[in-house]
Amino acid sequence: MKDLRSILLFAVLVGLVPVFSHSGVLLNWLMMALFATLLSQAWNVLGGFGGQFSFGHAVFFGTGAYVQALLQLNAGLNPWVALGGAVLLSALLGAGLAGVSFRYGLKGSYFALVTLAFAEVFRILALSASFTGGGVGLMLPLSESFTNMQFSSRAGYVLLVLSWVVLALLITAYLRHSRFGAYLQAVRDNEDAARALGVNPFAVKCWATVLSAALMGAGGAFYLQVFQYIDPNLVYGSHTSIAALVGAIVGGMGTLWGPVVGAMALELLAELTRNLFGELPGINLVIYGTLLILIMVFLPRGLVGIIDRWKAKSKTARSSLSAAKTTNPATDPGEWSTSGEPTTQPRGDGDAA
Amino acid sequence: MLLELRAVSRSFGGLKAVQGLSLAVPKNTLSALIGPNGAGKTTVFSLMSGFLKPDQGQVLFKGRDITGLPAHECAKLGLTRTFQIVQPFANQTVRENIAVGAHLHLNSRSDALAYASDVAAQVGLASLLDQPARELTVAARKRLELARGLSTRPSLLLLDEVLAGLNPQEIAEMLPVIRGIVATGVSVLMIEHVMQAVMNLAQHVWVLSQGELIFAGPTQLLSLDAGVIEAYFGVAGAAKLRKVQDQQLQQQQDKEVSA
Repeated sequence: MKDLRSILLFAVLVGLVPVFSHSGVLLNWLMMALFATLLSQAWNVLGGFGGQFSFGHAVFFGTGAYVQALLQLNAGLNPWVALGGAVLLSALLGAGLAGVSFRYGLKGSYFALVTLAFAEVFRILALSASFTGGGVGLMLPLSESFTNMQFSSRAGYVLLVLSWVVLALLITAYLRHSRFGAYLQAVRDNEDAARALGVNPFAVKCWATVLSAALMGAGGAFYLQVFQYIDPNLVYGSHTSIAALVGAIVGGMGTLWGPVVGAMALELLAELTRNLFGELPGINLVIYGTLLILIMVFLPRGLVGIIDRWKAKSKTARSSLSAAKTTNPATDPGEWSTSGEPTTQPRGDGDAA
Repeated sequence: MLLELRAVSRSFGGLKAVQGLSLAVPKNTLSALIGPNGAGKTTVFSLMSGFLKPDQGQVLFKGRDITGLPAHECAKLGLTRTFQIVQPFANQTVRENIAVGAHLHLNSRSDALAYASDVAAQVGLASLLDQPARELTVAARKRLELARGLSTRPSLLLLDEVLAGLNPQEIAEMLPVIRGIVATGVSVLMIEHVMQAVMNLAQHVWVLSQGELIFAGPTQLLSLDAGVIEAYFGVAGAAKLRKVQDQQLQQQQDKEVSA
């Protein structure tokens, strides 16, 4: 309930921005920030809640974008209808990728490498196939109207991507308060223990990938509608995969607001560096990388983790004040042991005699 | 019979971990599987609960052939194991940990969380419900392992060394908890090295040595079995022990005669 209320508040506050401001700079930034948020949220479903680190989420993004384009250009479908196809096909691709990877028990860095390989293979396929337009890419004819999902002002796009972000927030809230979400986090924290308790890790991970891929596909379709042009390097390139995972990691994996905070913060940072360093190509990637290392080392639970730690500290401070006479408050986990990184749990070997 | 193994074998490369093992666990009992280190006890648990597939033989649960059934399906049928090396979901609270097991029969999150509180009370974890599992002591982690297994509402619970690493007082506190579980109608099969606990709790014992069964019977007869003594103390040790026992017996008889 608390989650739903905060999501509603977020939706209203952000939704009111285009009503009160017509600043192109602000709306453009907001649109790109929400777009990055959507990608991070998609990654967070599988990476944050499921502990399966994908390095190739662009494969779903690109597929969403291409399906959205091809259904309009070749099949002549309305973009709103095509959107359904884009999301569905991305989800199907997610099911296929997950089915193959998890069937053979790929975990950790192996899964990351396989997803990376998938994205690369799709990029090269899109470059060489004829129906994708090859390296030339695909161009959507400009025709601004609501029925065409093309808006003359950024406000329309802001509201469109906001509705996706809200949907992703609702899915995340569902993960926090449902059996499926509990199973997914159990698999993340300890797969063997989860199996012993009746959880089917294969099915759980596959469904998480499907959800994650569907949201990513929606992101791809949105990208096409905004820029009306895609090519293989743009949509299957690794920068999309990186943007998705960095936002979630910086903000806080496996949390409701982490990807929102992370993606928005990074988008703000990117804007600032653009202003400070001009259009020095790749400077934002340098900063992404540096920030990622710093966050991994000093804030494994992300930006949202700072708030949680602060809350916990004030709580222990209060309880230790009241219990100061009886016992020492030795339960303070300290700075380093609060590591929220899910994959570092010791996996004991249940098979040893 | 609740659980039955029929001539089950499993090897890892050249190592025959379990060979032609047959045993039957009756309903509503607390029994124990013991044996020296490396005897293959945990492998037997893994074979029973679907974590390993037997190379040969059959596993039957409630009369149904479950050979090769995956672990999560076994749990659904009411056959749940715990782990010797405790495997908590470290970042989740005690309540959330137990709720994962409770979800096997309860779909709603709030029902599962409420049921988790009940189970926690049963094993004495009620005061730690909101603690993250990573902050628990060893004793509390063992209880959590027990509680999670219990929350799946098993008919047979396989406990893998839940007393290992506990001090005598903690063991003494744990024994009534295990007895309480059996009293609620859950059958328990435990792997245990703490003999005091085995003698105290188990009605029936199987002894495994080098992958083979060397003793099966009521607990009282265990310490009299020559093969078991040999497996634990070696041939020379067993002979020495026998001598001491004979002497004691002789002294006792002498006393009786003189009286």
